[in-house]
Amino acid sequence: MREVYFYGTCLVDLFFPDAGMAGIQLLRQAGVRVLFPEGQTCCGQPAYNCGYWEEAREVARTQVALFPQDLPVILPSGSCAGMMKVHYPELFHGQPDEAEVRAFSARVYELTQFLVDVLDVRLEDLGEPVKVTWHSSCHAVRDLGLKGEPQSLLGQLSNVELAPLTRESECCGFGGTFAVRHPEISGAMVCDKAADAEATGAAVILSTDGGCLLNVNGALEAKQSPLRVQHIAEFLWERTHAR
Amino acid sequence: MHAESEILFRDSAAKALLDPQLRANFRRAMDGLVAKRRAQFPDPKDLQDLRDLSTAIRSRSLLNLPALLEKLEKSCTKNGIKVHWAETCEQANELILGLLQARGAKHLVKGKSMVSEEMHLNAFLEAHGIEALESDLGEYIIQLDGETPSHIIMPAIHKNKDQIARQFSQKIKDAKYTEDVDELTAMARRVLRQKFLDADAGLSGVNFAVAETGTLCLVENEGNGRMSTHVPPLHIAVMGLEKVVATLEEVAPLYAILTRSATGQAVSTYFNLITGPRGNDEKDGPQEVHLVILDNGRSRIYADPQLRATLRCIRCGACMNHCPVYTRVGGHAYEAVYPGPIGKILTPQIEGVGVRHDLLHGSSLCGACAEVCPVEIPIPDILVRLRREATHEDPSSNVVGKGTGRTASEDRAWRIWAGVLKRPAIYRLATWFATRFGWALPASAPLIKSWTQFRTKPVPARRSLSERMRAEGGRHD
Repeated sequence: MREVYFYGTCLVDLFFPDAGMAGIQLLRQAGVRVLFPEGQTCCGQPAYNCGYWEEAREVARTQVALFPQDLPVILPSGSCAGMMKVHYPELFHGQPDEAEVRAFSARVYELTQFLVDVLDVRLEDLGEPVKVTWHSSCHAVRDLGLKGEPQSLLGQLSNVELAPLTRESECCGFGGTFAVRHPEISGAMVCDKAADAEATGAAVILSTDGGCLLNVNGALEAKQSPLRVQHIAEFLWERTHAR
Repeated sequence: MHAESEILFRDSAAKALLDPQLRANFRRAMDGLVAKRRAQFPDPKDLQDLRDLSTAIRSRSLLNLPALLEKLEKSCTKNGIKVHWAETCEQANELILGLLQARGAKHLVKGKSMVSEEMHLNAFLEAHGIEALESDLGEYIIQLDGETPSHIIMPAIHKNKDQIARQFSQKIKDAKYTEDVDELTAMARRVLRQKFLDADAGLSGVNFAVAETGTLCLVENEGNGRMSTHVPPLHIAVMGLEKVVATLEEVAPLYAILTRSATGQAVSTYFNLITGPRGNDEKDGPQEVHLVILDNGRSRIYADPQLRATLRCIRCGACMNHCPVYTRVGGHAYEAVYPGPIGKILTPQIEGVGVRHDLLHGSSLCGACAEVCPVEIPIPDILVRLRREATHEDPSSNVVGKGTGRTASEDRAWRIWAGVLKRPAIYRLATWFATRFGWALPASAPLIKSWTQFRTKPVPARRSLSERMRAEGGRHD
């Protein structure tokens, strides 16, 4: 039986645990045994992005150590997966444990990437007809290099209509500490994103990333919009498992 | 606490965001440019091939920069172009003033040049009794109002047609009010035509300088570049020292990607190849041509292998056209000569990372800029590097102002952050509290307040994922 590690990420751990559970269930549904090591905290991205690399390394080291076996590490986040896969090698460049970290990075996948590119899963839609819209996380696409895997999964669901945003690839304005260091700019960006999503007439806006979802959800709730946000893992799980 | 005299991007950006007219002007203009660029690159593979080639040419040029600059000087001298070197903007201004005074020149017409903006040349010359008139239509429009460019390619893009109509009717002699674009353009043309004929000197920028042939390439759409460089008896070209390429052959792909990335044009209306002053048997062209090569911090940037990528820039402006921050706040909010993403990495490297620390953080690191950059400058990576330089005094680095953005409070925050996250037991305790009592945090608490200005308060789930996985059976699977 195929085995993988699951890395929850701090935002999913704290704000979207249902998405994390759904991701694990989707993997199990595909016949994969999921290991969830204890001691998971954060990939270290906030400190890395702010230039506090020593602090980021201290945290990253404790996380890498949780995944000693040569197994894929699956994350329900494109941004954190991008951090671990693309930026860890740079963060550890010239460090004594660089080789070990590089080997870890090579095993990292974002959830939909693994479901499509490795497992090639087939989904059967058991849900009612629904119209959804899709927000591409900047880091999932531009850092990690997702190539439409989430959309291809949604495309397998016969009762799901995907209504595109006008500016699908434009940043929602989250950007981690950016949202609190530059609240006015970030606020302008997320308000535009929320308005764009509402204009699609969709019932739900989906994404791979907890940061974007937390941000867009906050803006939608603030304007008391009926539109809700959902992590793609949770959405896929809801629609494909027999209750 | 902020570094002494830190310029706060947050404040100027917040002000710009409150101006609906400005936001609409930028959004409309940038959407147009994005669409035009996209139409020029229908095939992603062709685009990537051209980017790879352009990146290789610019990287190679920078790798051989000292040798190419020497060669450029030799070739230019052979062509009769006199080459001058300026380490600082002050030196460059003095040099140009000297050249103008030697000819008794009082009226200078300028083609578009961002380096001359960097030097604040116009104000300097005017203080010395010399008129410096901008002849690029956009530059002319903003000069009438005493403004600076809000975009490196389209300097007056922050204004719409109605605003320009009002401005022309007030500022141009005998002008009647009209909103007809052709009539407005004709008005500016009438003024400028006479200025070209009267000017005793012309100044231009340089898009590419060819070392092998001593050719100065100038890309433009209005013919004002040709007029500025060919009609007056004296032509002075200014360029940053990074603009050199080895051969004329290398210019072709760079030119092809520049106009497509900048304005979505396959070719520009004018492409000038300037090879020297008027020959003995020629009837037109300037009698003297000078090239002023400016450093202004570039050789320091050049010395750092990672930061050197900043100098690959060919000034197309695509990064700003695609930037979600720039399209909302506009160019003036950056309070810098070069706005947008490229300005965000260039300005701090010239002025200091401490005084521009807030600007370095004015990005969500979304990467839209790097995605479209024709020479693949990794702008987000350089931003992160400069954020690190701002707060850490690395002895091996030559970055200006390194370590001066450091504050005790930020240091402490990251130490606490790491202290919690590298100790799973403490993290577990912290998340337990957050899941049980996180809802009780007031929306007015620091940090949360910044968030709740536009959003509801984020509320943690009742039980974390880790807690649920533990409850699932205490196993690791």
